[in-house]
Amino acid sequence: MTAALVDDDPPLLVAEGLTKWYGQRLGCRDVSFALYQGEVLAVVGESGSGKSTLLQLLSAQLAPDAGRICYRMRDGVTRDLATLSEAERRFLFRTDWGYVHQDSRLGLRMTVSAGANVGERLMAVGWRHYGRIRASAASWLDRVEIDPDRIDETPGGYSGGMRQRLQIARNLVTDPRLVFMDEPTGGLDVSVQARVLDLLRGIVAELGLAAVIVTHDLAVARLLAHRILVMKGGAVIETGLTDQVLDDPQAPYTQLLVSSILPP
Amino acid sequence: MTVPMFALKLSGVGKTFTMHLQGGIRLPVLRDVTFAAEPGQCIVLAGPSGTGKSSILKLIYGAYRCEAGEILVRHGENLVDVATAEPRRILALRRGVIGYVSQFLRVVPRVPTLAVVAESLERVPARREPARDSVRLEANGASPASTATQFDPGGALLDPAYARAAELLCRLNIPEWLWTLPPATFSGGEQQRVNIARGFLPDLPVLLLDEPTASLDAANRAVVVDLIAEKKQQGAAIIAIVHDEDVRDAIADQVIDVGRFAPTN
Repeated sequence: MTAALVDDDPPLLVAEGLTKWYGQRLGCRDVSFALYQGEVLAVVGESGSGKSTLLQLLSAQLAPDAGRICYRMRDGVTRDLATLSEAERRFLFRTDWGYVHQDSRLGLRMTVSAGANVGERLMAVGWRHYGRIRASAASWLDRVEIDPDRIDETPGGYSGGMRQRLQIARNLVTDPRLVFMDEPTGGLDVSVQARVLDLLRGIVAELGLAAVIVTHDLAVARLLAHRILVMKGGAVIETGLTDQVLDDPQAPYTQLLVSSILPP
Repeated sequence: MTVPMFALKLSGVGKTFTMHLQGGIRLPVLRDVTFAAEPGQCIVLAGPSGTGKSSILKLIYGAYRCEAGEILVRHGENLVDVATAEPRRILALRRGVIGYVSQFLRVVPRVPTLAVVAESLERVPARREPARDSVRLEANGASPASTATQFDPGGALLDPAYARAAELLCRLNIPEWLWTLPPATFSGGEQQRVNIARGFLPDLPVLLLDEPTASLDAANRAVVVDLIAEKKQQGAAIIAIVHDEDVRDAIADQVIDVGRFAPTN
């Protein structure tokens, strides 16, 4: 379980010509890329640029109007997501994928305990032994730096940063290979943000996860991503290695984006 | 007769920046950069500031996009052209071939110095103990930053990567009590030495050094000169930018005046 990118491995996920319209309004247009195991891709751009639409398309929560997404399943067979049955898609979502929402309340069940939030994903993949589920949940809480003593509390009593870390634990407990993240540190205080980011950075590298992270924060992209995709008006206007895009931006909009950051 | 095998070869490399926010003016920086480095050889890039020395290093590292020419880097049996390689090929080069000591350390919040250095070895996950106290602190609304870096260097040192990192930090005179702290609050010279340790720890065949001794005292400069000599002995090809003449004389096998790559207007 390392972050090794084996050169000849086929991609984990391939997006081809993804296009989505909301009536007359464009969501995103003709987005294509390949994502490999262990690779972290940041999608950056301002609000309304199509980042979130893209994330929903990639995670099969929205159906594209054109284009397709192919995913290499755990058995090594690459399949078009549109051809999966609803049950297969759900199983993928519960096991091989994670989805970290900006608003942790969307990604957690607020009325059940932290332990149940993490354990639920395990039960969904067939775990039945209560003791083992609880032990695994406790070890994941520990891993995301939540005191396992608080396993029986509901997330309602947690701080924003803790809730976000709980959401991360809930997503990673089933050992997914691909995690989608929508502004994972949006809305958190800066010091709390740093902690969530460092945690994500460590876990992603350790587990060799592939991730697609939507963010408008270029510092988040710098810290976590290998590659960046810059979106504007629904289209990808620039793509490259993280330092290429941030240190040598080509498109006028990317140059504006990069030069708009206030240095600390 | 054996032809010397280059580790790195640039041919006809050019770089122009287009500043779209300034009305699209074009700033040609480099033209026809051509040179090669062999294993065990140290090439020093010389010339006044603004002539594109750092840009050459960034082009080799793939951090700047290369518009003209080719940048061949030997990766095992293969030659990779950084100018045209896919991002993941370049990432593979960075893991296995090219090390880069930038002018400034890019600090990551919360990661202790020893881990910053040890993480430069491939496949070494960060080791840190969960900061339990800070969980409670955060719940009470206090900043977790002060306790965020509790980890056990004694246990970590059992890991060979951490042991080697510690050895290098010792040589670079970073006192042991700093190892468990993130380098964000260190002085410029300390950060630079952490950066050097990070860059020198992995044994990579190509090493790019951007003013590694700029803010170091004489004793630490001498340590860096020794480290560079050891890398050369191990067969690393080194491309360095150094302004200090003594350091340059001590390490350079060849000095290239970057002025000769200046675009003619």
